[in-house]
Amino acid sequence: MAAIGEYAKQGWIRRAISAPPGNPGARVSRSGRFAAWRWVIMIIAGAYFLLPLYSALRFAGVSGFGSVFTTPGFGAALWTSIQISAMTWVITMALMVPTTIYVHLRLPRLRVLLESITILPIVIPPIVLTLGVLQVAPLDLKATMWLLGIEYVILAMPFAYRAIDAGLRSIDLKTLTEAAGNLGAGWFTTIWRVILPNLGTSVLSATVLIVALCLGEFTMASLNLVQTFPVWIVLFDQENAQISTSASILALVVTWLFLMLIVTIGTRRARRTGAGEVTLFTVSANTTTIGES
Amino acid sequence: MATNEAAPARPAAATDVAATDVAAAAAVVAATTGADTRSGTSVSLRELTRVFGATRALDGMSLDIAPGELVALLGPSGCGKTTALRIVAGFETATSGEVLVDGNDVQGVPAARRDMGMVFQSYSLFPNMSALDNVAFGLRMRKVGASARRNKAGELLEMVGLSAQAAQFPHQLSGGQQQRVALARALAIEPQVLLLDEPLSALDAKVRLQLREQIRTLQQRLGTTTLFVTHDQEEALSMADRVGVMRAGRLEQVAAPDELYDNPATAFVAEFVGTMNRIPGTLGSDGSSVTVLGTTVPVQPGGPSSGAVNALIRPENLTITPAENGNGIVFLRTFLGAVSRITVLLSGDLQVLVDIPSTTAAAMVPGASVAVGIPSSAVHVVPAAG
Amino acid sequence: MAETTELVTAPGSQAGPGAGRVTRPARLPKPLQTVVSLLGVLPFTAYIAIGLFIPLIAVLVGAFQNSATGAWTLSNIDAAVHGAYLHGFEESLELSVIASVIPGIFGLLIAYAIFTAKGTGGKALRQVVITASGVFANFGGVPLAFLFISGLSSTGLLTGWLNDIGVNLYAHGFTLYDLFGISLVYMYFQIPLMVLIILPALEGLRPSWREASENLGARSWGYWRFIGGPVLLPSFVSCLMLLFGSALSAYATAEALSGGTIPLTSIQIGTLINGNVIATGVNVGKALGLGMVLIIVVVMTFYVLLQRRAAKWLQ
Repeated sequence: MAAIGEYAKQGWIRRAISAPPGNPGARVSRSGRFAAWRWVIMIIAGAYFLLPLYSALRFAGVSGFGSVFTTPGFGAALWTSIQISAMTWVITMALMVPTTIYVHLRLPRLRVLLESITILPIVIPPIVLTLGVLQVAPLDLKATMWLLGIEYVILAMPFAYRAIDAGLRSIDLKTLTEAAGNLGAGWFTTIWRVILPNLGTSVLSATVLIVALCLGEFTMASLNLVQTFPVWIVLFDQENAQISTSASILALVVTWLFLMLIVTIGTRRARRTGAGEVTLFTVSANTTTIGES
Repeated sequence: MATNEAAPARPAAATDVAATDVAAAAAVVAATTGADTRSGTSVSLRELTRVFGATRALDGMSLDIAPGELVALLGPSGCGKTTALRIVAGFETATSGEVLVDGNDVQGVPAARRDMGMVFQSYSLFPNMSALDNVAFGLRMRKVGASARRNKAGELLEMVGLSAQAAQFPHQLSGGQQQRVALARALAIEPQVLLLDEPLSALDAKVRLQLREQIRTLQQRLGTTTLFVTHDQEEALSMADRVGVMRAGRLEQVAAPDELYDNPATAFVAEFVGTMNRIPGTLGSDGSSVTVLGTTVPVQPGGPSSGAVNALIRPENLTITPAENGNGIVFLRTFLGAVSRITVLLSGDLQVLVDIPSTTAAAMVPGASVAVGIPSSAVHVVPAAG
Repeated sequence: MAETTELVTAPGSQAGPGAGRVTRPARLPKPLQTVVSLLGVLPFTAYIAIGLFIPLIAVLVGAFQNSATGAWTLSNIDAAVHGAYLHGFEESLELSVIASVIPGIFGLLIAYAIFTAKGTGGKALRQVVITASGVFANFGGVPLAFLFISGLSSTGLLTGWLNDIGVNLYAHGFTLYDLFGISLVYMYFQIPLMVLIILPALEGLRPSWREASENLGARSWGYWRFIGGPVLLPSFVSCLMLLFGSALSAYATAEALSGGTIPLTSIQIGTLINGNVIATGVNVGKALGLGMVLIIVVVMTFYVLLQRRAAKWLQ
């Protein structure tokens, strides 16, 4: 404590420090300067993102939107995409939910391995994956939507895992399970009545991502010669560019509306139960969403 | 500058006490620490008001801090104490009122140029710098040369007892160590004013006690004028020269800790500081006396003069004796060390706490019949809630 | 301070029902236990093996095999690093750099702009931008190509507008089908992606650091130079890595824009799959795929390492 005394007596630093003088009137309106800069960025961004949308709308015209639903092939392609989404969703959920719960409860050490595996579909470009799939897929499955559904599960897996993992972590799975067991619940009851209801928002997140994936994925679909919605749009562009453009915009709008709907429901639900909000695009140190496929 | 608003009427206790006490406080500080208070800095808050939409975070708060004094702002969350501190620091602006440092209004001065050192509640150390670099940062901003910086920072780390951790990064330090580095960092620039925003709230109880002493000792030796915000009354009472109790944006009372405890100016202060019993009583016809537990005593001014009231009496001021047909039954006896706290059930479902030395507590077994009495001094009364 | 209390307790408290009556099942020996517990992840493992690993191995192995005979050869690799395919790699890498750095910076600015917006307006802005980013980040491919074609092709609407104000894009050599044009289109999903992945890092920047630095005398520039910048840098660079990987892997947008004529690695692989070249060249595509995977593995390693470093500081 001797140093304190010395310090108190010495003022040598004060000579070296140029004391900042009070300067009334020199006040910078910090919020003012910030606001201007922020506006500039948002305007440029807004222009970049909205103008192409606008031009596409103009190009498609009313006629494009009007006749898109009655265009031959539209319905079939859309229906194919919907079926694939459903298939992907079912398999992904059936696969990922039990596995993630199981790993959390019984094999916590495998979590790191699991996380690393779920990065792989992102690291391997879909184009490369398609190469391999076409090589090894059995002949009867080739060029069918079933193969696509199976492969989309692989593509959706990282997001589904992330969402469910985040959901499980937020509810402290271990404690809940022990509490349920202590009160006399068996495994099935615990999963059905305690864990799953709390996973609602995670399942919602994963669903949203799966739908967006299936409605937008082009690479694997086109190279597998399956006419999903995006593939149809490209093919049809040769015939009628306007209709293709309106179909694209429709896809975008529908995806957006679907996302907003699910987020609103999810947030309302979360507010009621106090669970976390629907994280659409959960990102962590290990993985992320990726742009187009 | 914002327009002045008409100050609403409020209890006379607050600012008048503050103004006259400053001189007394300055004298006390000078006497106890030997610091040269003439070279210290005085800080004055005048009628500070801060309005967000419909909320008045601060409502005409005034406070004078003498050079070298440590004033604690104490109050429940939302009372405005942190807002006041942040206005002094320059992170927020008051809707009206003045902040004077040595007589100069600093409201137009940006936070970066106010020459005040601030210690935040937690996690304020720069994560990408070692402890030493953190402490030296303020000096760097003042263009002090590299070796001078390092020496000075080293001295300060030694002062807080962390020389060995100079090269470590914040994530390698414990919470208590981090706050000590934060303190060293704030003091490195030899600020005119030291501001502390609940610096101990995030720490373990034991670490908190150690740091309390360290902060107080450092502050006294250096003679830095300090404003300390906390919601922990024990902290405020043990560290400060004077404590300002705040509620809803206003100062209810500013006084030395013992004064605050023994002579609370308002019922809120009486109940906020220390433990307080509320015992129903009947007011006398003119409202200047009250009958509680069979004894009539004078009433402290400032309370209701009619209607049902509760008297506020401290546990250590109540008397308790074993009695065959007493007015109460012992419900619980809690051993607290030198003192034991007896919970007594009185008639009408009323519970009171009585503190007595543990040596005399042997007779107070649960179930025993006792007589509880009140002292003859004046008491505060508050309206009995419906 | 020690506390002891004496309570008047109610008599007759009982233990819960069923306590102590459950019998434990016999336990298996340890190694067998591990195997049994691993059975739980069998479905998942099997699926991944079949759906992911086998195709991947097929690609990695096929890169070294002759397309027609299956004999081991390095000729695919050789073809992949020369001539048109080498050119493809160069173009792809160049494109990925442009389409990661520029959107990276812009995305950071947007993220920061919405992050610091205050009040209820700010909150609404954040919600809108984050949701929009989520949609646009997954948007790419076909519809995106159409948007830009309708806007900026030689007969596009926006091209027309720019002509009207005297800026003739195409006279200056602009085209949607060269590297610059494609990166412009790529930014449509790269920027939102950046916004989404840099936000957590921005959230890790504690306001108390900003205030502490200000209190010690640093203005905005000082804060960013000594604290904000250095702390954010690992996260920023790691996000750039992610954007790089995303741009490199992209196929659909470029394909929809160009119909397979731009020399990019992913396009070239697609061409080989479609059989637009002689069948014996298919395994060259696998060699190309191997190359892509290698590059991305390197990039992702950097990503993970940088994220770890960032996490240490931002925790």
